[in-house]
Amino acid sequence: MTPRPSVSTPRAIGASLLPLLLGLCAAMILELSIPQGSYVEKILFDIGVNVILAVSLNIVNGLTGQFSIGHAGFMALGAYGSIVVTYYGGYAIFGDVLKHTTLSGYSLYFVSLIAGGLVAAAAGWVVGLPSLRLRGDYLAIVTLGFGEIIRVVLQATPPVLYPSEMAAVPGWERVLHLGGALGFSHGQSYNSLGWTYAAVVVMLLVAYRLRESTHGRAFLSVRENEIAAEAIGVNTTRYKVAAFVIAAFFAGIAGGLFAHQLGAGTASRPEEFNFMKSFEAVIMVVLGGMGSITGATVAAIALTLLTEILRSVQDYRLVAYSLLLIVVMILRPKGLFGTREIWDFFRKKDQP
Amino acid sequence: MRNLFLSALVATFACAGCKHGPKAPSNVIVVGEYGSLTGSEATFGQSTHNGLSMAVAEINGAGGIKGKKVQLVNYDDQGKTSEVGTAVTRLIAEDNALAVIGEVASSLSIAGGQICQQQGVPMISPSSTNPKVTETGDYIFRVCFIDPFQGYVMARFATNPKDKGGLGLKRVAILVDQRQAYSQGLAQYFAEALKKLGGQVVATESYQGGDQDFSAQLTRIRDVKPEAIYLPGYYTDVANIAKQARGLGLTAPLLGGDGWESVQEIGGAAVQGAYFSNHYSADEKRPEVQHFVDRYTKQFGKSPDSMAALGYDAMMLLKNAIERAHEGPLPAWRTSVRDALAQTKDFQGVTGKISMDKDRNATKPAVVLEIVDKHTVTAATIPPQ
Repeated sequence: MTPRPSVSTPRAIGASLLPLLLGLCAAMILELSIPQGSYVEKILFDIGVNVILAVSLNIVNGLTGQFSIGHAGFMALGAYGSIVVTYYGGYAIFGDVLKHTTLSGYSLYFVSLIAGGLVAAAAGWVVGLPSLRLRGDYLAIVTLGFGEIIRVVLQATPPVLYPSEMAAVPGWERVLHLGGALGFSHGQSYNSLGWTYAAVVVMLLVAYRLRESTHGRAFLSVRENEIAAEAIGVNTTRYKVAAFVIAAFFAGIAGGLFAHQLGAGTASRPEEFNFMKSFEAVIMVVLGGMGSITGATVAAIALTLLTEILRSVQDYRLVAYSLLLIVVMILRPKGLFGTREIWDFFRKKDQP
Repeated sequence: MRNLFLSALVATFACAGCKHGPKAPSNVIVVGEYGSLTGSEATFGQSTHNGLSMAVAEINGAGGIKGKKVQLVNYDDQGKTSEVGTAVTRLIAEDNALAVIGEVASSLSIAGGQICQQQGVPMISPSSTNPKVTETGDYIFRVCFIDPFQGYVMARFATNPKDKGGLGLKRVAILVDQRQAYSQGLAQYFAEALKKLGGQVVATESYQGGDQDFSAQLTRIRDVKPEAIYLPGYYTDVANIAKQARGLGLTAPLLGGDGWESVQEIGGAAVQGAYFSNHYSADEKRPEVQHFVDRYTKQFGKSPDSMAALGYDAMMLLKNAIERAHEGPLPAWRTSVRDALAQTKDFQGVTGKISMDKDRNATKPAVVLEIVDKHTVTAATIPPQ
């Protein structure tokens, strides 16, 4: 890691605005140029969701050095949180659950994504408070258990209400009807590549600016040496919880995007968010290099493409996938980029 | 070394990313299939695929459909929703599939069905029994019966008096797999049907698919002394449950649904005399069944389960519909195939006579099988309601 000084807050905001605008423009270009319903669109969508997932997990696992393997649990909360808003919220506002391609409809979708993120963030805080006093393996077990609890609870929920059944169930009780193991499948999707990549841009900027800020430096100090960090006055528990909350928020956003599958309806079933999903995210972070934002991004893109490319070898796909992972980890044990960023490779090699 | 490695990696992805799927020549009918060839329900996906590919081979052997060969393009979805989305999008957008054969698991058939519906591509699910699957829209069909019927079949069989071929039972306990929508649905419909037929659910317990220890639930079930235990789960769990139930001294007969297929191979003595509802029985004497069973056994070295039979029927039903449809450029052709599918009446399939009702579900009889040694014997055939 290049030892650069951290940047003051006002300058940081200024430095974020231009990339944000450029990024949003790029997202709009994607939205307009990729034909809807095409194969390319679906793959780009999967890549976007996975990038958010990997980069957000990188804040906890990479920057702060805590080992969380329950990221799918936060994603599940975000997914269900946002579907509840677009489906039941949409019914409460518009009087039906159809897709509203108006400004109010898309505002609802925006609110739903934020709501999903907030639900996940709240859960991140609740899980973080007691469990971040644990370290290493014990923390990993708690996060794993958390993810599984979310899944099991979601599986036991009653079937989704049809509009005709809404009247029989009073207001807030409706949101408990999440479809059980079958999943919440008959909502409407407001999603598109523009939405997905706008979220990706925000995620990447937040992750990068966060790491370059004072708080980011505190995260790094916790990762490097917790005792030393404590000694210089870093409130390690507070920063660990903060890392968890931020990561959970973005995992929730990824969940909301994921749940509103492109074009068609919603697709969110508890089994989708089992521990294998958490491990997929962990693999992306480890493969990219713990703490490297571009590393996590590239790994997320590469692994998503890899599963698609390997589709042609059918049954042997997962074998090939695992073999490739093993080979990469042998050749590059610190991940593709280590703790560095992609642009560090193009700089003059003034340090190891 | 490092830079070489990185650029090699980037180059690999760049090349592979721009490669396009094979475009089908115009004298071929492309049928898409997505299924779990890997993942936790892979056995079902593979059986379905075997049945499908056998049907395609048979069709092509007989000269194809209206002189055109059928090309089956199939993609593995690992049993995941997002993979289903990618697979179905690819089948429709890249491979230009005329129609799509769907999943076994209902939640995945719904996910794929949404895309097919939106793009106007007819989809047939071979064996998704949840009623919600065809509610997705008017392009979605299935060749199997639905869970409310399957629940009714077993409730009917359990409550029918002995002289009418049933078991003459009233008090049934249910042990449901909370992890599977299939199991949740079946348990609910069975309980509803049982109450209507004068029976009583004396206990409802649950487990998570993949659990190893069921003694707590089974002990509670033992305490209420049921006359039978209904296990609407998949065969691996059912076999474990059966063994532990016998170990705890529970001797009440076990009842189940089509997820039991092949339970006798791992359940051994514990599942002897158990009953389950199913789509067809391989020991049936109808010529369609015997022809299918012989050919399948010869080709794959094992007797076909009902997933294979339903996969075969789905393809044959599709062939039948394509023959009746008006051929033309793609979007119109798809719609025409959809219309033909909706008008299907008395199609003679391996799994019985299939007609499409107005909700695009197949109405057909179900069989109740009894497990005897390593085989199953038809105990009853229950006609559609």
